[in-house]
Amino acid sequence: MINSVNRFIPDNLIAYQGSDEYKNKKRILIDKKQKQLKTVFLNSIEEAFDLYNIKSEMCLSFHHHLRNGDFVIQKVCEVIKERDLKNLHFAPSSIFPSYTNIVDLIKTGNITDIHTNYLNGPVAKTISEGNLSGKLIMNTHGGRARLIESGDLKINIAFIACPVVDKLGNGTGSYGKSACGTLGYAISDLEYADVVILVTDTIVEKIEHKQIDGSYVDAVIQINQIGDSNGIISGTTKLTKDPIGLKIAKECSMILKELGVIKNGFSMQTGAGKTSLAVVKYIRDIMIEDGIKGSFASGGITASYVQMLEENLFDKLYDVQCFDLEAVESYHKNKNHLAMSASQYGNPFENNTVASRLSFVVLGAAEIDLDFNVNVTTDSMGYLIGGSGGHADIAHEADLTIVISPLIKSRIPLIKDEVMTVTTPGCDIDMLITERGIAINPNRLDLLEKLKNSHFPLVSIKELYDITHKITGVPKKILKSSEIIGYVEYRDGSFIDCIYKI
Amino acid sequence: MRVGVAGSKESNDCLVTVKESNETKIVIESVVAAFFYDQIKATVEETLKEMEIENVSVTVEDKGALDYTIKSRLISAIKRMTLDV
Amino acid sequence: MFRSLLFIPGNNPSMIQNADVFNSDGIIFDLEDSVDINEKDNARNLVNNYLSSANNYPSLVVLRVNPIDTEFFKKDIELIKTKKINYILLPKTTMDALNVLEEMLYDIEVKFDLDTVKVIALVESAKSIIQIFKIAKHCRVEAILLGAEDLCNDLEIDRSNEGNEILFARSRVIYACASNNIISIDTPNTNIDDELLLREDCLNAKNLGMKAKSSIHPSQLEIINEVFSPSKKEIIWAKRVLEAVEKNIGKGAFSLDGKMIDKPIILKAQKIIQKANKYNME
Repeated sequence: MINSVNRFIPDNLIAYQGSDEYKNKKRILIDKKQKQLKTVFLNSIEEAFDLYNIKSEMCLSFHHHLRNGDFVIQKVCEVIKERDLKNLHFAPSSIFPSYTNIVDLIKTGNITDIHTNYLNGPVAKTISEGNLSGKLIMNTHGGRARLIESGDLKINIAFIACPVVDKLGNGTGSYGKSACGTLGYAISDLEYADVVILVTDTIVEKIEHKQIDGSYVDAVIQINQIGDSNGIISGTTKLTKDPIGLKIAKECSMILKELGVIKNGFSMQTGAGKTSLAVVKYIRDIMIEDGIKGSFASGGITASYVQMLEENLFDKLYDVQCFDLEAVESYHKNKNHLAMSASQYGNPFENNTVASRLSFVVLGAAEIDLDFNVNVTTDSMGYLIGGSGGHADIAHEADLTIVISPLIKSRIPLIKDEVMTVTTPGCDIDMLITERGIAINPNRLDLLEKLKNSHFPLVSIKELYDITHKITGVPKKILKSSEIIGYVEYRDGSFIDCIYKI
Repeated sequence: MRVGVAGSKESNDCLVTVKESNETKIVIESVVAAFFYDQIKATVEETLKEMEIENVSVTVEDKGALDYTIKSRLISAIKRMTLDV
Repeated sequence: MFRSLLFIPGNNPSMIQNADVFNSDGIIFDLEDSVDINEKDNARNLVNNYLSSANNYPSLVVLRVNPIDTEFFKKDIELIKTKKINYILLPKTTMDALNVLEEMLYDIEVKFDLDTVKVIALVESAKSIIQIFKIAKHCRVEAILLGAEDLCNDLEIDRSNEGNEILFARSRVIYACASNNIISIDTPNTNIDDELLLREDCLNAKNLGMKAKSSIHPSQLEIINEVFSPSKKEIIWAKRVLEAVEKNIGKGAFSLDGKMIDKPIILKAQKIIQKANKYNME
């Protein structure tokens, strides 16, 4: 059938019918796992495979807090290869370019199904090329929490890389030689997996401020090194020098100021890209100049937010994952730098999530269409390059959702008749800010009204589309293959789009 | 054999190489070929026609250049080839 | 009228394709110093084809050509045939150079039936600073841009942040322009990472009498535009003056807040409002 963003969804799946639909559904919660009386300590991953009889067809989960510096998923893959376990279902919260062992296991049929929220690099490429024999399901961060707590995704074994573990099996990521900060994405796995195994390189007597509650932990494996902290640094921490990016960032901050949303007690979230960092800097300037103090910033936290917390520009930071080492350090030492779980962050069924308390969010887009539907899952050719992460969660929950992007990236227009993949529905995108004008979603009459007498260059999204084509020429339409390799699952468990083989 | 080269492989630019040949041959390697191959080829052909140039082998290594950039690089490459006797 | 002009290297497609989106009042497409000697043809071709066939142009187009004594000069000037160029920026301007340019522009304009192209004189040698009053009087010249880096090379002195070494040159440019009713444009600030320094430099130039400033990086434009625009205070004052004029029709002079308002003050107020309107200020 065709869902409400005009996408084909196979009849055996629930089609997306609107970002508010979840309000008509009831929260489903399976029982949390039985608490353990005793945690066992093991010396190798192999030992855990033997002890818990990890076998073909099982579902194994991981988190991605060590990002590109994670060694645990790689090592688990080695054991799987050695034992040649077949038809495994992998559910890492994200997949990074360094997780190369997954590629081999996909090609040999050891891994046949994957649930994840974000992926890029070689794994993304091999799946795009159709090598995963089962299906890829792309979730949102909040949606993954819902998926696990409802039992829709049953995890047999959760491997949780945990930088420091104590004798009772409690854990934290805030320090240790492989510190990665908060472990927000692992909390659902911890509470609902059949078996929970922490993998660590540092065992201490007692942890003062635990994030991982040892009573859920079945086993702790100590290995030499669980990861490389430097690998968590997400791209650049330097401000963009790109003049177009800076222009867009400046315009974004001026619009926010004009709309009056940068006021005492406000809250915000942005991505970690270079242009987003520039937006944060400009907002900081406005806050200092106008003497404004916000209540919180949230999300993946970067050094620039840490600086603003220390400057007392925000009361608190809510951190689901640390994007750099300054954030790790701050989470460790600053009591106002708080961890949140993926569920507390953006689960549609959780009460009073951080996402739902956001005044505004600034997001990116790989593509956007004339109805404001955004794609951050695939590129314009259809190759997997990312995924929602928290995109669809915060776009829906925040009071104001702004997408910023240049209109042209290496001649390819941002605005399409139809995006390759719908990640976030257009009804949740309020405004698009580009270097050649600002388009407001026509369903936000209030924003149009507020800005109509301002000096901002307001145009329709169709006008921006036309301006772009005048510069680039009209791109040829890419025909998708008919072979479905996976699905984009919306946060409520319905399906918003299919992913096609290249 | 006379050769002319112009442009770069920076983003939004292209590197054009023109060589003497016994027939006109156009090779386009573009990061945006899927969307703009035809347009790039037409630009090259039109420019050759405008300049009344035949029997050259043209290679365009494109990083998302706009048509006027491709045209400019091609003109420079041809002029460099013809000057470079 | 303009406050800011941004230099864009003539051989940089990424910058050129965005020339219409930068917040400067005009763009200087540069064929001279920012282009490698072996890429002069490439840059000229690119700017030529951009001006001939693109769909998006800045509202004011300036072309910096190579100096008259180079082999590139003549070919550079031919770009006025695109009919998109508002000003030629002539490097190393002297009266001799200006006369050579004048002759060449005239020939092309007649031959191809073009409108008259205006000239911005780039003064960057001791000689040009000495000749500046003649340069400013030249019928083609509508603005003078001070090039402090080359000037200081000529004088064998170092540039400083405070700019005392160029006070004389700045003053010459300002007086030559003001007395001929043309626009004085300050030298670019090459320190692109220091916003405080840039603001000081702009304020200094503005307070001496410069009417605009050139820029070598888009990130400088916001501060330049702000400093060289009328301030909120100036606009409020000018509005009040003009309102008072309405109420005192027929009186040669009258007082406002205890200060005499007469013709020069009214003209000043009118200029401020004119500028404010042009730059969308309230």
